[in-house]
Amino acid sequence: MTTVLDDRSASVVGARRMSRNVQGSIAGAALLLGISIPNLLGDGKWGWVLVVTALSYVALIYVGSRALEGRRQATDRLMRATVTVAFALVMLPLLSVTWTVIREGVGRFDGKFLRGTMRLSPEELLAQRDGLAAGGAFHAMVGTLIITGLAAAIAVPLGLLTAVYLVEYGRGRLARAITTMVDVMTGIPSIVAGLCAYALFVIVFGPGSRTGLAGGLALSVLMTPVVVRSAEEMFRLVPNELREASYALGVPKWRTILRVVIPTAIAGVLTGTTLAVARVIGETAPLLIAAGLAQETNVNPFDGRMTSLPVFTYYQYVQPGIPTEAGVARAWAAALMLVLIVATLFVLARVLANVLKPKGLR
Amino acid sequence: MMLSGQITRGIPVTNDSRLSEPSQVDDHAERGVVVAGLNIFYGDFLAVADVDMHIQSKSITALIGPSGCGKSTFLRSLNRMHEVIDGARVEGSVRLDGVDLYGSEVDPVAVRRRVGMVFQRPNPFPTMSIYDNVVAGIRLNSGKLRRAETNEIVERSLRGANLWEEVKDRLDQPGSGLSGGQQQRLCIARATAVEPDVLLMDEPCSALDPISTLAIEQLMLELKQNFTIVIVTHNMQQAARVSDRTGFFNIAGTGKPGRLIEIDETKRIFSNPAQQATQDYVTGRFG
Repeated sequence: MTTVLDDRSASVVGARRMSRNVQGSIAGAALLLGISIPNLLGDGKWGWVLVVTALSYVALIYVGSRALEGRRQATDRLMRATVTVAFALVMLPLLSVTWTVIREGVGRFDGKFLRGTMRLSPEELLAQRDGLAAGGAFHAMVGTLIITGLAAAIAVPLGLLTAVYLVEYGRGRLARAITTMVDVMTGIPSIVAGLCAYALFVIVFGPGSRTGLAGGLALSVLMTPVVVRSAEEMFRLVPNELREASYALGVPKWRTILRVVIPTAIAGVLTGTTLAVARVIGETAPLLIAAGLAQETNVNPFDGRMTSLPVFTYYQYVQPGIPTEAGVARAWAAALMLVLIVATLFVLARVLANVLKPKGLR
Repeated sequence: MMLSGQITRGIPVTNDSRLSEPSQVDDHAERGVVVAGLNIFYGDFLAVADVDMHIQSKSITALIGPSGCGKSTFLRSLNRMHEVIDGARVEGSVRLDGVDLYGSEVDPVAVRRRVGMVFQRPNPFPTMSIYDNVVAGIRLNSGKLRRAETNEIVERSLRGANLWEEVKDRLDQPGSGLSGGQQQRLCIARATAVEPDVLLMDEPCSALDPISTLAIEQLMLELKQNFTIVIVTHNMQQAARVSDRTGFFNIAGTGKPGRLIEIDETKRIFSNPAQQATQDYVTGRFG
């Protein structure tokens, strides 16, 4: 009797585990393999080194654990290593893109870039030819803010109201039809949205009409379904008990939605809306068509072309001017600006969500 | 009886339905809630059939019965909360102090201001503080009150719910930070703050521990001085402890409608009921 118990406790307590040193050696061996194999095969780029290191680590940890610890532990380690490696691989492009944009963009991220436009004086053109900094993207930043702001001004109310309808009122065929249409809208290629907005404005204002408003409209077509979907999810997460509690106090339905449902869901709705803004702020194709290219600051979305940062970036790359390095440097700086705007939006949304989120939720 | 224009102090009564008009209640039998020939449907499905019941005002009426027998559905039909579910409707009449709650010109929202409800699971509004939760019924109904008035309502309601001493120093803290029993008492304070005539309680203690349950039961006995209370409970000891009258609901089988088997003085239901089914249920020889 006692021996059985002892055996059992021994098998639990005394289960063999790899020591930290062994795990460290396995990681080291994987790194060694990762460095040597690509180099022996003639391509020692660090990307390959990382990939081969990761794969050999997964293989080695499994084999090692199988030999030292047994099958169950080995499977556990295999899964853990796979998940970790997958995560690392996903992070790689993100870090790489961020690093590249910062490295390349910071060169022209100066006062001239932030304040200047692309309407260059002869002196500035000469300076540029001599390799000095010239030209800026102030007009494109203003354009991006105005066009995206217009898109949000159209898409956010529209999307939120649609979501409220779908969650609180929509029943039967109409609601199903709207849900399907929203799904279809999600799949609209952005260039098609741009063409639609352009065509609409050509019909109304005549050929060649390119304005910030047309650009905003095109972006709102892309943004609305994203807002609808995220807000719908958030409103559905609001427990029905809260709606009932409100009804039971004799609060009408519309006021319940306004004062109970929306405040409870506001943090998630804000995050979703920010994601929707981030989704469209980098759109290039529809704005190429609908808003066009301008070299100067235009703050009137109803008249004249308006450039956004992505369009600016695109044109600085395909028509860099003389010398080409000047244009390419401006393109990188504009890309950095765009990333910074999106990052700021995310931080803002996070802070707002934290301030507004229901307190004390378990 | 508050039958004249003011339903609640401070809440502007916006609807001009018969609910807020003075009505002639001379007949003593019309006081309280009188349910006659009530059938409750979900779509085509008859969930509760043919209920006649007189709920006396300023008393506690307990509804007991097996799960699925329609007692919660019946309770929710008393303040038209069941209409929140699509396709739910009733036939028959529910009269509160002589006014038909299902009259064609009666607004369900106005009904719910006079017939409050406490739910099975405590559901304070997570976005609001304890203070705001108590006055939610007034604030959400756009009643603009001076601070002194709301302060008074908050203190009176929380004292009424035996919660004041526990929370008076943290009224600005979120309501969801309280314990389950405290949350439920907060919900009772919230329901009573709008001064309804009737308070419906749908298994208010089933999510609570025995001590919190005791606190709520004592509270109910105090509340019945001012409110007509109807409570649905699975706990027969609870029904026996707190209620003046007890109604027993039963269901013949799945797909069949639930029916009120009998309603009588609580003492009688638990000692010498008229129906054999009731006897079987309260003595545990059933289901």
